[in-house]
Amino acid sequence: MSDATMEPTELRTADGLPLKKALAKSQARAKRRAFLLVAPLFLFVLITFVVPIGQMLFQSVYNDSFSKNAPALGQWFAEHPLEAPIDESAFAALATDLKEMKANRTQGEAGTRINYDVPGTRSLFTSTARKADKLEPPYKEAILDINKGWEDPNLWRAMRSASHPYTIDFYLAALDMTRDQDNNIVSVDKTRSIYGTLFTRTALLSLIITVLCMLLAFPIAHLLASLPLAKSNLLMIFVLLPFWTSLLVRTTSWMVLLQQQGVLNDIMVWLGIVSDNGRLEMMYNKTGTIVAMTHILLPFMVLPLYSVMRTIPPSYVRAARSLGATSWTAFRRIYLPQTLPGIGAGALLVFILSVGYYITPALVGGADGQLISNMIAFHMQKSLNWSLAAALASLLLGGVLVLYWLYDRLVGIDNMKLG
Amino acid sequence: MKKLLILSTALAGFTAAAAQAESVTVLSWGGAYEKSQVEAYNKPFAESTGIDVNMEAADNPATPIKAQVEAGNVSVDVADVEKSDAIRLCDEGLLEPLDPDADLAAAPDGTPASEDFIDGSFTDCGVANIVWSTVMAYNTSKVDGSPTTIADFFDTAKYPGKRGLRKSAKGTLEFALMGAGVPAADVYKELGTPEGVDKAFAELDKIKGDVVWWDAGAQPPQLLADGEVVMSTAYNGRIFNAEVAEGQPFKIVWDGQLMDFDFFVIPKGAPHMDAAKAYLKFATETAQLANQAKWISYGPARKSSAPMVGMYQDGKTEMGPHMPTAPENMGNALVNDSEFWADHDTELSERFNAWLAG
Repeated sequence: MSDATMEPTELRTADGLPLKKALAKSQARAKRRAFLLVAPLFLFVLITFVVPIGQMLFQSVYNDSFSKNAPALGQWFAEHPLEAPIDESAFAALATDLKEMKANRTQGEAGTRINYDVPGTRSLFTSTARKADKLEPPYKEAILDINKGWEDPNLWRAMRSASHPYTIDFYLAALDMTRDQDNNIVSVDKTRSIYGTLFTRTALLSLIITVLCMLLAFPIAHLLASLPLAKSNLLMIFVLLPFWTSLLVRTTSWMVLLQQQGVLNDIMVWLGIVSDNGRLEMMYNKTGTIVAMTHILLPFMVLPLYSVMRTIPPSYVRAARSLGATSWTAFRRIYLPQTLPGIGAGALLVFILSVGYYITPALVGGADGQLISNMIAFHMQKSLNWSLAAALASLLLGGVLVLYWLYDRLVGIDNMKLG
Repeated sequence: MKKLLILSTALAGFTAAAAQAESVTVLSWGGAYEKSQVEAYNKPFAESTGIDVNMEAADNPATPIKAQVEAGNVSVDVADVEKSDAIRLCDEGLLEPLDPDADLAAAPDGTPASEDFIDGSFTDCGVANIVWSTVMAYNTSKVDGSPTTIADFFDTAKYPGKRGLRKSAKGTLEFALMGAGVPAADVYKELGTPEGVDKAFAELDKIKGDVVWWDAGAQPPQLLADGEVVMSTAYNGRIFNAEVAEGQPFKIVWDGQLMDFDFFVIPKGAPHMDAAKAYLKFATETAQLANQAKWISYGPARKSSAPMVGMYQDGKTEMGPHMPTAPENMGNALVNDSEFWADHDTELSERFNAWLAG
């Protein structure tokens, strides 16, 4: 007890430095070395992962293709509130910008941005800019003479909202919403709403695929783990062989097997199970997507399960049995809980992979087996609306992170074993 | 180190080659299409002018053009792009403007270029070289009778069986309207109205349960050959290849064909501007365009080339009737309206995708 009340004497090293400082100094060197060792990896992750994802997130809220090309209109919008009538001064600003656009050939870029919001307006910009040099006051009359379309209040609302480079409009579009001409946020017309459906479907199909993978992988992994090594290695090759085969080859093989004129249907017709006119539709729909993706993602479930099951000593189950548990109870209360880290890891892997799957649903999904990733690809490659693609991808990323957080809360990420 | 040396030597060689004035770099699509351009344009061009042609390939030549011009480091002199991209790149100021009559050769009979090309062959910055087409084709061994019109495609009572359609609003809606009896000339006018769009979707509703949707051009011939569909829309060059080179029992119905163009364009700041202009002028001459059709069944964009189209490279297939531009195939032909799609693609694609998913 008396030690605690004493003034602690400072410990010093042989050369008189306080021990704490000396320790910090030598540790700093070790830390620096450790940092230098991970620096290449850190840089690599930064350049190939953090920066692109940051850019993507940025792109989803930032689009300056209209604002940078229409400075005069931007100023007019800043000076006039939403209720202000679209008068001669507004059209004068428009004329100034159109002349500038024509000189710099940027009318297509600006028009495309507005066209995302109000369909059919891109050509308004290109055709009016073509004649912009001849515009003279009064501008309102002159511009409306070229095209009556410029009267549309919704177009002016869209230009106002695009005159700031920062916008949440792409997130609205990604959630099937838009703005009406009074700038209120409203749902889009039912015939055009799609992303909500696709997000739900993506989550649902991914869940089905995860559960199927779990059901299929569990017995396989158990067999692999309990067989003698020589036999289980052979079986393991059967699991890994498809894993090493090209994704496209596996997907097209499923097409050959499952299509209406395919192997499976031919066999069933030959056996008389179905009639020639009643061939089952197992491809180019949800069924095709589920079957092909379950097969492709199965190894991601088998491998973590297997690595966990290998480490479970068989004596536990034997002990439970000897203490009077039925085989079902022994499995449920002893074996299954010990495999949970593997199930968790596999489920998370399979689910996250299938949420972002793109090429397989594109090939075998037909009309109703498409996932949200197909729409992201569509906007990246075909419609070139990268901001919308970025917004959709960010929402998907957010969803996955929420799931990951939930998983961490429920199961605990420390309990995950990836193999 | 050795690798570095090889790389630097290669780079040095590259810049040295680029510095020579007597070469021109053409960016195209690769494959059989590139071969047709090498045989019909590049070889005779090199022979007659002494300028070498370097052929490069890209998945979509418009993408590198955009990147190169924006970065101010252009290595391509001439590019072969789709019409919609030619319009877009031109709008964004990435291409050299082009004046048909000043920059292109007249027809052999003296018709100026601006009148000798098919309608829609020019934008402010480019000129069409070939016409390709999306057509309806069927497998003769799986269909009873012979469909002759695009309306038959949508008539599953008369011709039962699955249909293949491209999974995109562009192209599909035009076929749907023509199937509903709208003449080719009025298709885009109708599609610009809400009623017209409803009409197109109503027509698609009739066959929705019988459609297999395709994405890649290689799929329709495969689907037809497997019997997975009995009729499909497809690119005419692919069907021609399956029919003539592989002997498949396919037949094209030219009624309601949807034509589109490939364009030659010159990127802004092309390193060999004069050679690029000379190449573009030479390649789009009547004889060269006609000659190209010997290698692939895509039609020349010049009217004066049509009568000169000869045999396929196998020496026994007359190419004339296989061309989208052959007069007998043009009866009810529709030219893809790129301006229309630039305006309405967003809205119609959204509705189309929603319709598919619903």
